Amino acid sequence: MHLRSRRILIAASVFALMSSATAYADPVEGFELVVNGEMTLVTEAPASANLEGALDTVYSGLLFRESETREMEMDDFSNPGMVFVDQGLDLWNKVDGTDGKSCASCHDDVESLKETRAAMPKMNPTGDDLWSMENYINNCRTTKMGAEAWKWSSDQMTSVTAAISVAGRGEVVNPKVDGAAAEWWEKGKELYYTRFGQLELSCANCHEQNYGNMIRADHLSQGQTNGFPAYRLKNAKLNSIHNRFKGCVRDTRAETFGEGSAEFRALELYVASRGAGLSVEGVGVRN
Amino acid sequence: MKSQLKLAIALAAFAAQPSFAEVTPNMVAFADGAVAQSHTGVAGNAADGAKVASTRSMGNCVACHAIAALPDAKFQGNVGPALDGVGSRWSEAELRGIVSNAKMMFDGTVMPSFYKTEGYTRLGDAYTGKAPKGDVPPILSAQQIEDVVAYLLTLKE
Ligand code: HEC
Ligand code: HEC
Repeated sequence: MHLRSRRILIAASVFALMSSATAYADPVEGFELVVNGEMTLVTEAPASANLEGALDTVYSGLLFRESETREMEMDDFSNPGMVFVDQGLDLWNKVDGTDGKSCASCHDDVESLKETRAAMPKMNPTGDDLWSMENYINNCRTTKMGAEAWKWSSDQMTSVTAAISVAGRGEVVNPKVDGAAAEWWEKGKELYYTRFGQLELSCANCHEQNYGNMIRADHLSQGQTNGFPAYRLKNAKLNSIHNRFKGCVRDTRAETFGEGSAEFRALELYVASRGAGLSVEGVGVRN
Repeated sequence: MKSQLKLAIALAAFAAQPSFAEVTPNMVAFADGAVAQSHTGVAGNAADGAKVASTRSMGNCVACHAIAALPDAKFQGNVGPALDGVGSRWSEAELRGIVSNAKMMFDGTVMPSFYKTEGYTRLGDAYTGKAPKGDVPPILSAQQIEDVVAYLLTLKE
């Protein structure tokens, strides 16, 4: 036992030596996210009381990306996600379904929803279910427009959620976690700390315990959702929050959850609450 | 030609059969996190072990650990300590225990258990994200564990 702890100490000091030598240990310092030279977004904030003991500071995932990637997000002309935002605005104004309506028929300008993204996910109007933005959009389409529901991560869905998110750019993430949402939040928290799959890794193992470290070629961030839907250079399209969760759970060699599942909506609420205080980035640019 | 083919088939059939000495994952005897007995009784091959450690579809140890002796394995991680000199810090039995099920040595570690088949939550079919169709083998086979241990023992200070 004594021997064992001494060895672990040695291992720990080897580890400390190594991580101080690597270029990647922490989020980048001294970087300000100023979009289009005019809007300064919060990429680093004190952790909310909910995270007491877990994290002191929360960081946008952008601070863990290379400088070229960060620069892309600083200007709408260089942000590859903005093309899809334009497509989303077209869809916003496009009449669809049997009732002859578009989103704009009821909501006017997309700016009218500028507070929406920062508050997602939230309890539905009847207060008996937790809805992501995708659920709200499909509810409008099916019950108010007589249109068909879009698939969770379809191009239409991600481009419209991106347009709404850009309208809410700079708003501070602050989902409601009390009242009826409280039990969803608890469920999400439980999932966040569950070690899934054959690799037995939880979200916390990678994004709370090891953010700043490298897992093979990937520089681990805190796994925040304020940059979503995010444009990923890897697949050159917009990616929904649930699609990202699905990939992370799959990578633990687990049977993943479905996009839109109650589990992922609960997890979305919990993860969003961990990012409280960060700015909505509209469309983030990521690897 | 014909007899060579027969021999090859016979050998393949032999290889496919678990050697009677093989210790299955649920039989592994841990003492203080270490495992004294070989899983196979066949000496590990260090060169094969190096391959297991650096190959993504096998052990992929370099995802979390740096190993200076494997410069060809690109993008080595730092979630765990560097494995340089690990063969001087730990005995063969300890290394076998760590690689088989690191949780027995380091309580609550993030290091996956490479020779274990039970106790998972939502076990999937490798990296497909789907439910498995049948029994899921441990991440590494008994001999791969022995090979990795043999390789780690070559990493002297
Ligand atoms: C095996 C390690 C691992 C586990 C476990 C894991 N992730 Fe991730 N995750 C990554 C990597 C690698 C990335 C890409 C780099 C980064 O941003 O961290 C990532 C990215 C993300 C992102 C995108 C962050 C951004 O700003 O672009 C989110 C959100 C996320 N993860 C959430 C989760 C959640 C929720 C869980 C648990 C269900 C989870 N992750 C489990 C490795 C993991
Ligand atoms: C997901 C991350 C991860 C993977 C993959 C991983 N390890 Fe580890 N390993 C760790 C961590 C973290 C530790 C430190 C122990 C602790 O948790 O305190 C460790 C410790 C060790 C130690 C003890 C090191 C020392 O100096 O004390 C050895 C030996 C080791 N690992 C070997 C391996 C081998 C061999 C593989 C692949 C077959 C592997 N590891 C895969 C994370 C990992």
